[in-house]
Amino acid sequence: MPMAERPPAVTDTLDVDAVRADVPILGRRIHDRRLVFLDSAASSQRPTAVLDAMDDYYRTTHANVHRAAYTLAEEATNALEGARGDVANFIGAADPAEIIFTKNATEAINLVARSWGAANLRHGDAVLLSQLEHHANIVPWQQLAAELGFEIRWIPLTEDATLDLGDIEQLLDGVKLLSITAMSNVVGTITPVRRLADLAHQAGALVCVDACQFVPHLPTDVSALGADFLAFSGHKMLGPTGIGVLWARRDLLDEMPPFLGGGGMILDVSLDGFVPAELPHKFEAGTPPIAEAVGLGAAVRYLSELGMAAVRSHEVELTRYAMSTLTERFGDKLTIHGPADAGVRGGVMSFAFGDLHPHDLSQVLDQHGVCIRPGHHCAKPLMRVLGVGATARASWYVYNDESDIDALGDALAEAGDFFTF
Amino acid sequence: MSGLEDLYREIILDHYRSPRNRGELPSPPAHRVEGFNPLCGDEIVVYVEVDDAAKGDAAVVSDIRIGGQGCSISQSSASMMSAAVKGHTVGEIRDLTRSFKSMMSIHEEGLEGGEVDDPGEADALELGDLEALRGVVKFPVRIKCATLSWNTLAQGLDEAAAATT
Repeated sequence: MPMAERPPAVTDTLDVDAVRADVPILGRRIHDRRLVFLDSAASSQRPTAVLDAMDDYYRTTHANVHRAAYTLAEEATNALEGARGDVANFIGAADPAEIIFTKNATEAINLVARSWGAANLRHGDAVLLSQLEHHANIVPWQQLAAELGFEIRWIPLTEDATLDLGDIEQLLDGVKLLSITAMSNVVGTITPVRRLADLAHQAGALVCVDACQFVPHLPTDVSALGADFLAFSGHKMLGPTGIGVLWARRDLLDEMPPFLGGGGMILDVSLDGFVPAELPHKFEAGTPPIAEAVGLGAAVRYLSELGMAAVRSHEVELTRYAMSTLTERFGDKLTIHGPADAGVRGGVMSFAFGDLHPHDLSQVLDQHGVCIRPGHHCAKPLMRVLGVGATARASWYVYNDESDIDALGDALAEAGDFFTF
Repeated sequence: MSGLEDLYREIILDHYRSPRNRGELPSPPAHRVEGFNPLCGDEIVVYVEVDDAAKGDAAVVSDIRIGGQGCSISQSSASMMSAAVKGHTVGEIRDLTRSFKSMMSIHEEGLEGGEVDDPGEADALELGDLEALRGVVKFPVRIKCATLSWNTLAQGLDEAAAATT
């Protein structure tokens, strides 16, 4: 019973030329060609608004946050907590204290595993993942399972790399946690998170969502998704590297033990032990990524001004354009992995081009200024389902338009000529 | 695309399209070693048969086969390597490996404590066709592709030697 949930229809439009003008790196030339950046699924580029926010913070405001009475420290604290509020609004969180700043989404998922998982999972329990997952949502569970002895189960995939939910009720039987991607970073499949969350909750399981590829690209409301935990990274959504977010329901966070220990996460420390701080600080040991939070705050405000419905609509159109024009141009030479319907995909296209190895393909495309990513995309179990060692992956975002897809097509044609297959 | 033609020399593409010594050997007696390039997912399997491995560097690699999958650089390097080493002694092959890695700008002196002969003098085996891979140096991310099979073979030779002790 393959299925993928169609996101809500949207009508707003995006002014891509205006966005492009906001992103300075797009003015760069690579090998004397216009930069055609098609690797935003790995990491996006960022607009001046984000760069300026961080630069301005360091130039005018920086001091360590919390527990200082002077003006700079108070302003820095306000900047950090203001960003937390912006991020909370962006994903529909009820309370900014539910936003935990981490290093990246990987650390956010590790936090769930090491804190909630270690406290709640036992031998005989089960955690359910899918074969679409990024290694960041596989390895932390494997590490923990090796210590605690719980079982890891896998939701299988259909041929078009959507979830095969035929046996979902049996799979969920006895499961304590479903941890699942909301959108595949390799093939773009958008998973039916809400439906899965309802089924998981009925089965008594909690739901952790790897939303790394979802939050940057689709309107996100954590309660509408039915998530209990949700992780994403700043650098994939116009923000800086070095910051990620774990959102979780407040009652869960309250019950969970701290993850990393150190300064900032305590209420009191004595020779006998410590008392953890209130949320969100309980999970933010050490000096937090303050400038990065400021940058992420600017990024979500920028995205909110564009309108996430418009972002989604733009990406569906571009995906449809890419799939149809490139298929028309290259026919059987081009194999696009994943769902055929652009409406159930994100702006990520993994493909094979003739018998050209993705690494070689990417090298030739680079000569044309076209950045795509070859490899297993940190999803080796999915690679095995697809029956390939690696794919070439192009991905687009708010600053890409049809001309970038055309440039990809032209570069592919040149690559085909170069290797004369 | 002159830059690309430095990388993808015709002989490289020839070895990529028609790889030499492709296949498997029964193991044992051959040693089967897998190599991975975690960056790009390339996987290589080297089957190496060493006659009289107890002779150490004087032992002869009587046969070699290459399996796995990868990009044109890793596959052609493996193919050329297999052709270059077959029938030669372990000592000669180790020297050739050092010469090849030196061409790839990888100098092992730092890793192995300075006991490496000058590759220029020690060249019992010529790099020959392997010279075609020289252009890879200009594309640093691809050096790992070119050296994958060599590192895997070195591991196989080590295992063959260790198995006799």
